[in-house]
Amino acid sequence: MRKLYNRILQIAGNVITVEADGVAYGELAEVRSGRGTSLAQVIRLDQRRVSLQVFAGSRGIATDSEVRFLGHPMRVSASDDLLGRIFSGNGSPRDQGPALQDNLIPIGGPSVNPANRIVPRHMIRTGIPMIDVFNSLVESQKLPIFSVAGEPYNALLARIAMQAEVDLIVLGGMGLKYDDYLFFRNTLDEHGALSRSVMFIHTASDPIVECLLVPDLSLAVAEHFAINGKRVLVLLTDMTNFCDAQKEIAITMEQIPSNRGYPGDLYSQLAARYEKAVDFETAGSITILAVTTMPGDDVTHPVPDNTGYITEGQFYLVGGRIEPFGSLSRLKQQVNADTRADHRALMDTMIRLYAEYREALEKQSMGFRMSAWDEKLLRYGGLFEARMMDLSVNIPLEGALDLGWKTLAECFEPGEVGLKSDLVAEFWPKSA
Amino acid sequence: MSDKAQPQGKVVGVNGNMVSVAFATSVIQNEVAYVLSGGARLKSEVIRVRGGEADLQVFESTDGIAIGDVVEFSGQLLSVELGPGLLTQVFDGLQNPLPNLAKEAGYFLKRGLYLYPLDRERRWAWTPTAEAGAARRAGEALGTVPEGPFQHRIMVPFGWAGTWEVTWLAPAGELTIADTVARLRQGDDERAVTMVQTWPVKVPVTCYHTKLLPREPLVTQQRIIDTFFPVAKGGTFCTPGPFGAGKTVLQHALSQYSQVDVVIVAACGERAGEVVEILREFPHLEDPRTGRSLIDRTIIICNTSSMPVAAREASIYTSVTLAEYYRQMGLHCLLLADSTSRWAQALREMSGRLEEIPGEEAFPAYLESLVAGFYERAGLVELHDRGQGSITIGGAVSPAGGNFEEPVTQATLKVVGSFLGLSRDRANARRYPAIHPLESWSKYHSLVDEAQVTRARRLLRQGHEVSQMMKVVGEEGTPTSDFVIYLKSEFLDAVYLQQNTFDRVDGASSDERQRHVFAKVVAVLDGAFTFPDKAAARSCFQKLRQHFIDWNYAAWGSDEFRSREEAIDRLVAEAVTAA
Repeated sequence: MRKLYNRILQIAGNVITVEADGVAYGELAEVRSGRGTSLAQVIRLDQRRVSLQVFAGSRGIATDSEVRFLGHPMRVSASDDLLGRIFSGNGSPRDQGPALQDNLIPIGGPSVNPANRIVPRHMIRTGIPMIDVFNSLVESQKLPIFSVAGEPYNALLARIAMQAEVDLIVLGGMGLKYDDYLFFRNTLDEHGALSRSVMFIHTASDPIVECLLVPDLSLAVAEHFAINGKRVLVLLTDMTNFCDAQKEIAITMEQIPSNRGYPGDLYSQLAARYEKAVDFETAGSITILAVTTMPGDDVTHPVPDNTGYITEGQFYLVGGRIEPFGSLSRLKQQVNADTRADHRALMDTMIRLYAEYREALEKQSMGFRMSAWDEKLLRYGGLFEARMMDLSVNIPLEGALDLGWKTLAECFEPGEVGLKSDLVAEFWPKSA
Repeated sequence: MSDKAQPQGKVVGVNGNMVSVAFATSVIQNEVAYVLSGGARLKSEVIRVRGGEADLQVFESTDGIAIGDVVEFSGQLLSVELGPGLLTQVFDGLQNPLPNLAKEAGYFLKRGLYLYPLDRERRWAWTPTAEAGAARRAGEALGTVPEGPFQHRIMVPFGWAGTWEVTWLAPAGELTIADTVARLRQGDDERAVTMVQTWPVKVPVTCYHTKLLPREPLVTQQRIIDTFFPVAKGGTFCTPGPFGAGKTVLQHALSQYSQVDVVIVAACGERAGEVVEILREFPHLEDPRTGRSLIDRTIIICNTSSMPVAAREASIYTSVTLAEYYRQMGLHCLLLADSTSRWAQALREMSGRLEEIPGEEAFPAYLESLVAGFYERAGLVELHDRGQGSITIGGAVSPAGGNFEEPVTQATLKVVGSFLGLSRDRANARRYPAIHPLESWSKYHSLVDEAQVTRARRLLRQGHEVSQMMKVVGEEGTPTSDFVIYLKSEFLDAVYLQQNTFDRVDGASSDERQRHVFAKVVAVLDGAFTFPDKAAARSCFQKLRQHFIDWNYAAWGSDEFRSREEAIDRLVAEAVTAA
């Protein structure tokens, strides 16, 4: 039987301090107060003084509230029973289902030995042409979606969750509006994707400490399934809330802030999560897509900046569309040579012509006379935006490539687009 | 670890990866200690002593450490093993061999598992080079074993002061690193030498005669570096740049194409995926200088971003110590550290835990002296045997927000000899390598004629001014003479500064080739062209540009190379006469 402590020496922010013996760093405890029972985690040991971060916050905790140490770190149940379930940031059920106790595994485990990593090799099809054709998502990739408040990033994530060709979706929500949570739940449910999903949801009104646990819970579960051969896609939204929670906790703990109030280890904290993305040579894989809202649309803000140094490319979501120029999948060249012979060439050509369209558009807006070529570009650009940049579609890669050829054929002569003759002979639509 | 009872202490506090330990006897600053927790021995280093308490940074996760856990002090500073077998290896920041760890522990890194860096079983073909009775000092050779492309010298351990008399040498034969290869005597002190020695990583190795001024260019085969912003053997350079500017691709190109004997890649706090490319590709790439696999001259120190942060701090020192070891054999080493910003951040994290008064952006006040101390371990040296060896250090810097006015970039710029600033604008325009030709600088000597470089650089600046002007007054408002300057600078950029790293021919441009091609490029830049109108000028330079780019893709000395050169000569002659 573990000993009970009921003399709390200090309550500051979400951190309480008790005197106790035999406590290990990182261990969990239960704190019982008039407001109910909350979990808490040991974040500092100093002689007999033990500082604990209370998940539910310290409001309502009395100096004589009971603290009972559990003798183990934060764990999550990892089994097939998780599928279709929704949990909160402290791991307890958010749906009507039972709490799970089978096969408890610790969260935030060690990192993968770099010597065991392999060069990424499999593409994940999402049915969204801007991703599949122009910035292919690759198994084991970690990609942020840089965006600003108001953009439909959650709708995009939900669509990817429904359409992506993976075995399993783990959705980690941090600081979500309750509406967004319901949106995710209902959308996945309606499309029958809930049964292959696990959700860990922290809403904006939940205690801030629980926000910090969401990525670790999601990734620990993802790791469990990946080791058992599943290809897992982890969707995280919004990582900026996670970083802000880090900031809040660090300031309460009187840590010296490094940049705009964020703690100095922000990079390491983010990397520890993102680097969980991996392709196991003889098992499954983890791929991470994470929404990162940019405060003030500023990519040099510490959160997107540190993220960009860690991730393998980024998607910019601007005006409801994935921006074709800033967006980049650093791993796409590992996979897009083997999809179809025309993939790379068509991708380059369409983007180049779209860039020319943008120039023509600029010329037009400045009142210059449009040449015949400019007129063609304007027509092309309009079709490109309508057909290729629409995010609410589900077109297989081959279909999207064919659509690309169709678009070119409708706007240009074969000789005008600068594609190699053998590709034109093979793929140019015969009667456009 | 010896059987002798080691001094012990007990854990009295845990804060992140810092552990406070109460001790009774004595401790040494920066000595290695092991925290015994949950059946594991967690390696750590003493970083501060106050009264009867020592603060340790633990090189592992501290989860599960409890008050009262026993700590063993080793009496040794954080050290690495030096001996044959380092090349081709992949180590973590503490010199654990990662492939062997993978064999022992599987997919994940296991806490508290430390393996010998060097193979104890492997036999090496030992040949003594000294004779019994000879006098030898620390760092002087006793014999050699073949390792990879060269003879690996077995030397008097670096820490042995004074002159030693060789009393016995093992005859030539197949020996393991643990076998005694020699006995040395100094007065009454007689000691055995094996092929392996240890050295504390934070102490520079200084067993050489003198340090020399770096003069000879290190040929990286990257045109913009060798011609415009050269690096000398024994010099230092840095490559700061925002994310997406191509730092890592540039580092890969340097590790692949640089003409040196040994390359040490320190992947310090960056993506693990980037190391994987080196790991999987290098064994299949040929080093044209030796005809062997590229991995044979390479050591990888890999402490990626998700690995423990204290070991990240150590990894920088581990890699430079290995470089010093090979320099001592009269070899030229290149150390590429990617990225030194992550190392500085590791220092910042520790400094924060120690509650030190922070400097700018919360980096510790001693950041500058540590950065300087690291780069100062580079250098060209004359060894006791009059041979020369060198370490060239190239550090990538990842400035927050891509802004070079931050402490790590600024501290680095003070101490390096060459600054290769990567620019987001150039990367966005797909002008690779994205080294900014106007902002970068170098204090070393170019391998081509410097007068030509000065002229080319002046032209780049003028071309930039014209292009700025054109943004305001438009192409119509620009005089044709200015427009030609602009075209010339764009031509120089396209055919010489830009280089396709992924092409086997264009990716590596030898010093000979650079001299030859640059002379021809400068001839175009110096050419007096007068064109009837801008369209004619543009089309002429477009043609020149296409010819030069095709020429870049032709192998040096091939028939294609010669025929393309002749075509270029004709074209240039035509253009100048037409003008």
